[in-house]
Amino acid sequence: MTKTGNNEIYSTEEKALCLSGKGVTKVFGSGDKKCIAVNNVNFKFHEGEFVSIVGESGSGKTTLSKILLGLLNPTDGEIFFKGEPRDISSIKKRKEYWKGTQAIFQDPFSSFNIFNKIDTVLLDCLKMRGVKRSDKQEQVRLMTEACNFVNLKFAELTNKYPFELSGGQMQRLMIARIFLLKPKILIADEPTSMIDACSRATILDMLLKLREEIGMTIIFITHDIGLAYYISDSVYIMEHGKIVESGLADEVILNPKAAYTKRLINDVPKIHEAWDLDTV
Amino acid sequence: MTNTIKQIFHSPKFVVGFCIMAFILLSMIIYPLVNPGNPLEMIGLGSFQKPGTYVSLYDSIDSSSTIFKLPDAENNRISQKLKDEDRIAIMNWLIDYGVSESDINLSDTNSLLDLWWKNYDSSILVEGMTKAKRNYYMRLNKSLESAKRTEEYVVSHTDKELNELETVRTIENTDYVNIQDVANVKRLPLGTDNFGRDVLKELVSACGTSLRIGLIAGAIATLIGLTFGLLAGYVGGIVDDIIMFITNIFTVIPSFVLLLLISYSIGQDQRGASTIALVIGFTSWVWTARAVRAQVISLRKRDHVNLSKLSGHSLIRIIITDILPYIASYVVMAFILQISTAILAEAQLSMLGLGPKTTEVPTLGLMMNWSMLYAAHLNGSWWAYFPVLLTIALISFSLNLMNTGLDQVFNPTLRD
Amino acid sequence: MTTPMLEVKGLSTKYVTRFKENVYAVDNVSLSLEEGQSLGIAGESGCGKSTLALSLMGYYFPPLHYMKGDIIVDGKNISGLAPDEVRRSILGNEIAYIPQSAMNALNPTQKIINFIEDVIHAHNPDMSKMEIYQLAAERFETLGLSADVLKMHSVELSGGMKQRTVIAVSTILSPKVLIADEPSSALDVTSQKMVIKMFRELMDKGFIKSMIFITHELPLLYNVTDRIMVMYAGRIVESGTAEEMVFDPVHPYSKGLMNSIIVPESGVRDNKLTAIPGTPPNLKKPPSGCRFAARCRLATDECRKSEPKVQHFGSNRNYRCRLTEAQLREEHSND
Repeated sequence: MTKTGNNEIYSTEEKALCLSGKGVTKVFGSGDKKCIAVNNVNFKFHEGEFVSIVGESGSGKTTLSKILLGLLNPTDGEIFFKGEPRDISSIKKRKEYWKGTQAIFQDPFSSFNIFNKIDTVLLDCLKMRGVKRSDKQEQVRLMTEACNFVNLKFAELTNKYPFELSGGQMQRLMIARIFLLKPKILIADEPTSMIDACSRATILDMLLKLREEIGMTIIFITHDIGLAYYISDSVYIMEHGKIVESGLADEVILNPKAAYTKRLINDVPKIHEAWDLDTV
Repeated sequence: MTNTIKQIFHSPKFVVGFCIMAFILLSMIIYPLVNPGNPLEMIGLGSFQKPGTYVSLYDSIDSSSTIFKLPDAENNRISQKLKDEDRIAIMNWLIDYGVSESDINLSDTNSLLDLWWKNYDSSILVEGMTKAKRNYYMRLNKSLESAKRTEEYVVSHTDKELNELETVRTIENTDYVNIQDVANVKRLPLGTDNFGRDVLKELVSACGTSLRIGLIAGAIATLIGLTFGLLAGYVGGIVDDIIMFITNIFTVIPSFVLLLLISYSIGQDQRGASTIALVIGFTSWVWTARAVRAQVISLRKRDHVNLSKLSGHSLIRIIITDILPYIASYVVMAFILQISTAILAEAQLSMLGLGPKTTEVPTLGLMMNWSMLYAAHLNGSWWAYFPVLLTIALISFSLNLMNTGLDQVFNPTLRD
Repeated sequence: MTTPMLEVKGLSTKYVTRFKENVYAVDNVSLSLEEGQSLGIAGESGCGKSTLALSLMGYYFPPLHYMKGDIIVDGKNISGLAPDEVRRSILGNEIAYIPQSAMNALNPTQKIINFIEDVIHAHNPDMSKMEIYQLAAERFETLGLSADVLKMHSVELSGGMKQRTVIAVSTILSPKVLIADEPSSALDVTSQKMVIKMFRELMDKGFIKSMIFITHELPLLYNVTDRIMVMYAGRIVESGTAEEMVFDPVHPYSKGLMNSIIVPESGVRDNKLTAIPGTPPNLKKPPSGCRFAARCRLATDECRKSEPKVQHFGSNRNYRCRLTEAQLREEHSND
């Protein structure tokens, strides 16, 4: 196992800030239909950190992930990229930002353009990395390397369409894409919630391997507190657009302070501890 | 792709619609090859000749004849003269005269006529019969007697010098001419219209023109609708507001009224088939735009579009590669429907006299217009309008059928 | 020995696709469910667990087709009955079924009590509205739902509440078997817990006599059921008590499944997750021999050729593998 997530060797103070936010707020609609999806959120993500944002549906975690990605603009607040205010006002600057910030989405089936062959996705990454279109050999070499990284055989994938793959395979291909792009920040928005438990282990394994290999910051968004505990260095717990608790994974999960975190942990079925059904 | 086509041809609705359309298109291509000529040529004098085969009487006289002694020739001659209403009149007379009803068999011509010859006498006064009725029976009797006649006809032509008739030929009632030997035979499967034009030839040509109008109008409407829908849906914001404003204006003005006004203001001389197609196209894009916009808005939120953005693709590229293929099937269906609506719109316009100008090409709507103006529906000339009606119905039926067939293939919620 | 509530012998069903291909989704499944027992079915997506749930009801409609086998509910064989007969006399009365999206089944224009009237009238047309209301109110109160819910429309209820309401409505006739297919997967953890609590109450108060619970969430299954069956490619590969299955799986596939469990408990971070490589086989053309052979670390040519027999050990534990219990345990300890 490549995991280095245990806290003895991990301490946030030593690492440089990668992405941080101050008072980030996102409001949808106005007037009576006003909905505050993200409410005055502060966060500090460090380089090489594996962070989980945990929340139930409607907690605003997906909206926050879109803001971090730069697909949505926050209504209020500021986001800092490596200590500097993030500037993604023009298309060119946005493209530059996306070279360093990438994502894996929840639903592998909707992440692919079903009309394009699978290679297209990987070729796009190579183009972004600046590999020449004419250099076929280099292209194949890099794509094969990326596929090997996620235990897929490139030769079997060429000329296939997304519908010929299983959800797990698609999600692995998304990881191969990240492997090719080598971004500084990866935002994984519930990458395992649509695939079953077995493939989930593979995906988690690969995310950890990615971090090891490239040294990126991974922001893992999930509703499963067990998963967050298993995989991350630090966690942020979100409720109704607010962050109610944050800290190192061990501290937050094993010794929760906020009532919401306590409830969340208490309500998840466990196997070694009794599941208290009466405190609902 | 091949799988999709396979699926499409598994849908019975689509296949039926496709076959009807293919039949129409094939006959449009083949018929003019078999029967060339200007469809608007007035071949007949006199209007609304009924469908059938016309044999030149003039040429028949010159043709070599042969003799057939056919037993039912006389009966046929009589029954050609004896219409159904005449039979009923004869029965009524006989009953009034005193023959019991059970003896009369309407369908048996021989026995009916036997009774008639035996009993009828123009001098007998049946009680309660009007004079007009009496005259009718006398006329009927005369015509039946002429049919019974066996003397030959004499054909002669005038010798100009001697100024007297010279007998060319006598024709017996047993003389027959082979239709192959007659130089001029004209088959008019659907008769002629009010101007004496071959309706079938006109119909085939009109079908082509109407389909062309449908295609042009459909293509224009789909193109405008698609462009507006894509821009409004994907770009959103102020662009969406402006486009939706225009679309809403077009929605609240009934497009047919707009169509009428534009057609009218263009004027008869300027209105060719293509002009009409343009006008129809520019007034019927609204629903396509709205539907495409709705589809694009839901697509815009899909992860593959986000991923494409993250890969640094431009707006145009995202629209073309990540949005357009997803709505392509829908757009094809909308296009098919637009063709069908445009053909109907042309028919409506032409019926009201606002169609293409009448001297160049026939269209389905113009044919309806002509038969209406010359009262074909009043004098029972069904062949002038019914086939046109049927063709319009078949075209829009087949297009709609293909549309629903495609819908069933592409829309998973409708699959059985 | 008492008659089991539900007994299934050699049940096989298939799907027929639009292109007339057969998909053998449930193959020769046998199970037995005693009164008061709850049985869990686990497996990857596409292993046939949802199809098994549909098949167990005995209510077949295209594309699902019955092939062979017996379904015996409380001593009565229902597998030969016509679909209409099953719907009228079995569903709701003897067997109740709750799918994942059950909460979306409520017609938003109807009050909850109307659904209950429909259910009861289908089986007992003589009952008056007043009696039905009293019965329903009593049942709802017992299950911790307020009787006020009966007068509400479905749109006034939250997701978890809707799901619990549907469960209460479908068990109003006290069926002998309740089949729940991922009943809590679409809900957040708190609602999930309330749904599970409700199942337990239904069982404790005797409103349902037995339960089949299907989910891929193993910790949930462990907490809800007495016995667990693991399904793979339309077949049952291992069964045993929940405790045994989670902590002591024998079959390589179950072992792989149990290794993927993640719960927020101390010590979990040090566990190594192992994933089963590969994907489940295509059930249009099931492989010969052991269906798991293509993904099994221990597979030999023998496995690919001949079908493994079901082996038994301990008190009522079965697994489908060529290797003996001892051989498998030894292999697992080598990891």
